Amino acid sequence: MTPETAGVVIGTGEAVIFWILGPVALAGALGMVLSRNAVHSALWLVLTMLSLGVFYVVQEAPFLGAVQVIVYTGAIMILFLFVLMLVGRDSSDSVVETLRGQRVAALALGAGFAALVGAGIARATQDLPVLGLEQVQGGVGGPSSGNVEAVAGLLYTRYLLAFEVTGALLIVAAVGALLLTHVEREPGSRQTQKELSRARFLTDRPQTLPGPGVHARATSVAAPALLPDGRLAEDSFATGIEPEQVEQMPRPTGREQLGSPDAALGSLDPTLSDTPGGRTGGEHR
Amino acid sequence: MNLSYYLVLAAILFTIGAVGVLVRRNAIVVFMCIELMLNAVNLTLITFARSTGTVDGQIIALFVMVVAAAEVVVGLAIIMSIYRTRRSASVDDANLLKY
Repeated sequence: MTPETAGVVIGTGEAVIFWILGPVALAGALGMVLSRNAVHSALWLVLTMLSLGVFYVVQEAPFLGAVQVIVYTGAIMILFLFVLMLVGRDSSDSVVETLRGQRVAALALGAGFAALVGAGIARATQDLPVLGLEQVQGGVGGPSSGNVEAVAGLLYTRYLLAFEVTGALLIVAAVGALLLTHVEREPGSRQTQKELSRARFLTDRPQTLPGPGVHARATSVAAPALLPDGRLAEDSFATGIEPEQVEQMPRPTGREQLGSPDAALGSLDPTLSDTPGGRTGGEHR
Repeated sequence: MNLSYYLVLAAILFTIGAVGVLVRRNAIVVFMCIELMLNAVNLTLITFARSTGTVDGQIIALFVMVVAAAEVVVGLAIIMSIYRTRRSASVDDANLLKY
């Protein structure tokens, strides 16, 4: 506040943090724009936001740093990822330019804008005084109140009206999101459990379909179930997959037909196919 | 090192976000680029708050965060409802307001 406090020297540690995390934040932003997959874009953006959160903490705003990590990377990006998963992350970005030369023009404009604004800001603020926030939110010689108290003191006095309007805005946003994503079903368009059960018993198969691989001796979806007489149960064929009999599995039969426990385990050797229990599995081929 | 480094970094991040809005076609990625621009502005606000020695800049940054949260909620809901009817999240396909 007072001119004596002007000239707070920025320490070496902060410079080190800046030169490490600044390129990280830039890389995150570039990766977000350049990556083709939208999920990768979201993860790159998380990197940038975390770096910015560290910058906030370094710049004497620890409350906003925590809010940045919790709200932005914790809530907003998770919301983004949820919507990406709902909308379908493989809805790939089209590379077709609808306007001719738009991409090149955008890049040129961006480069020019960055050069102009960056150079202007760098020139205008190269002698920017660093008053620091120790007078208002504590520090070495300041008052004992911290950053949270300083923010809350202003938020609930001078910015009270804006704060209340913010509450209204959040409620409107929540209700609006509910309204936009709500799907109205016509009454009666959804079958009750009773109707579904009645419709199923009117068919010729009231019980459930045999699962693939239940009575077959494999867990593969492609292995169809076997009926008690050894035929394939056609109801258990998986859709889209050619039914495939697992032939490499020995099929021991009843213990009474077998001589020894070793024989009961069966054999894969076709020369031993005469031995009781040593099925080669060829009959369902 | 002085505070203008932060400001230049924020300007570059803002530019990257703006170029992303112009270049990308996926509506969700466009939203992410807008978030990046808001974050860059927040960094500028917090840097100036430190420079001027008042907390007002931090308060404004907090309000920007709240408004960004509300904007993301409503925007993603709009994207969801557009996706339900058009089966696409590309901004090129949502051209019903064109004519």
